[in-house]
Amino acid sequence: MIKKGEWVRIHKIILQPSERAPQVPEDTKQVPLEMWDKGFLQEDAEIGDEVTIETVTGRAETGTLIEVNPYYEHDFGKFVPELLTIDKQVRGILFGGDQA
Amino acid sequence: MTIANDYQSVMGRKAEIMLKSVGIDYSAFESGSIAFDYEKMMRETGYTLEEMQEIQYSVNVGNTPVLELKNLTALARKCAPLGKGARIFIKDEAANPSGSFKARRAANAVYHAKRLGYKGVIAATSGNYGAAVASQAAIAGLKCIIVQECYDSKGVGQPEIVEKARKCEALGAEVVQLSVGPELFYKFLLLLEETGYFNASLYTPFGIAGVETLGYEIAMQFREKYGKDPDAVVCTNAGGGNLTGTARGLRKAGANSTVIGASVNLAGLHMASDGQFNRKSFTTGHTGFGMPFSSWPDRSDVPRSAARPLRYMDRYVTIAQGEVFYITETLASLEGLEKGPAGNTALAAAFAIAQEMDQDEMILVQETEYTGAGKHIQPQISFAKDNGIEVFFGDPSEEVPGKTIIFPSHPSMIKAREVDLDHMRRSLIKTAVNNCSGVLTEEDILFLAEETKTDEGFVKGVLKSL
Repeated sequence: MIKKGEWVRIHKIILQPSERAPQVPEDTKQVPLEMWDKGFLQEDAEIGDEVTIETVTGRAETGTLIEVNPYYEHDFGKFVPELLTIDKQVRGILFGGDQA
Repeated sequence: MTIANDYQSVMGRKAEIMLKSVGIDYSAFESGSIAFDYEKMMRETGYTLEEMQEIQYSVNVGNTPVLELKNLTALARKCAPLGKGARIFIKDEAANPSGSFKARRAANAVYHAKRLGYKGVIAATSGNYGAAVASQAAIAGLKCIIVQECYDSKGVGQPEIVEKARKCEALGAEVVQLSVGPELFYKFLLLLEETGYFNASLYTPFGIAGVETLGYEIAMQFREKYGKDPDAVVCTNAGGGNLTGTARGLRKAGANSTVIGASVNLAGLHMASDGQFNRKSFTTGHTGFGMPFSSWPDRSDVPRSAARPLRYMDRYVTIAQGEVFYITETLASLEGLEKGPAGNTALAAAFAIAQEMDQDEMILVQETEYTGAGKHIQPQISFAKDNGIEVFFGDPSEEVPGKTIIFPSHPSMIKAREVDLDHMRRSLIKTAVNNCSGVLTEEDILFLAEETKTDEGFVKGVLKSL
């Protein structure tokens, strides 16, 4: 059970594939327009329930509850060895091989 | 009576919603045919340069340092013909409160919104402008909503845009995230209507005029430190506001620097394609915005865009993704500076263009931006690899956007590739004529000459060929 007042993330379909704008490319027309937003849960609920939240601007928004205490996981990516090759090359050209 | 909120109904209320949320009656500047009074629009709805400086300095925006990149210059000279290789400089706009020059645009827009009594601001942007508006709204005590296009249909977010969402939230904004598609504008209109907030569009006169201080500062700083204006100024070009505002500021300072636009080449990738969304490693500063917005500025989210780059551009070049990555790493390796992708697009172009110029000349890249998790070359390159993009060393001119990223085998292979500006000018004139139902007036022809930085002869020649 996720308690009223908890900080949560919701998901909602804004436009079904059939409602999409005429100018969008074919691949985009096959999928819905989706939305994600965060706010304070307005009633006790479970993941997957249709809920209402109050966002930080005080708006009410509805959608499917997908996450409680949402957090970011983006990072500095995996190791890219090519970057070391670039370092070695430019330092070599500018300062000479020994100092590269 | 309940208002219908389906797509067609909301788009049908666009003009009304815009008028209420921007507070500008654009019809006051219209002639009825092609021409509209651009300068009048900038004068009457914008702010004077002095007013903008006051507004910006009062919220710690502007007065950013100019840095000389001596090692990068030395590397360019190693690649250049004897005696060539201009001194390369950057204006460190990452020093602004939100980490990019966009703070200048936001400072003015938010100031204006507060003055008019709006309770909050909304901006539709997946770029640095979101954090800039959030930052300025935080200072002004206004509420802020940022609407961004972030995920593909599999729910995979572009690392850079995810980071920008984080920053907006950290600065107190509500971030409404959407999947790929131009119907973002539909949700944007709904939010404007629901909240009654100010539309802090990137393309209003206040937003563009806010960048004039950047151009003006450049001239003043160079005169004080080096005794002359920079010979060339390179601007990363997407929606055109960066270049337009900077060039206008340079002109107000009386500077005659050559103004060069630079965009990452993403030819062949459709910006509204769900499948191609995560196959590009740049979310802005690329040709997918730069080309259409330069050749037809009035496609933006306001009736008349204040960003009109063809009026100011002397030259427009493209650069490959692999070249920007290479220069970004070089900047860290030789100059000890980690900066984000936007300014480094122009920097890669400047590195190549400096090699055409004499050693006593100066070339300036007029922005840098912050870097961090997601918004850094390593996550971008590893994300590209995860999405099946082939990454290797070779000739960057052979790079195919969405399929390959090619780092130059040697820095001398970094090239600024010319865009045919006359072709874009013809395209602008053609679109203007197609959108006009009446007969063209003399005023229209003069207007089109100004729009394209050409003369009546050029416009008449294009009209004849249509």
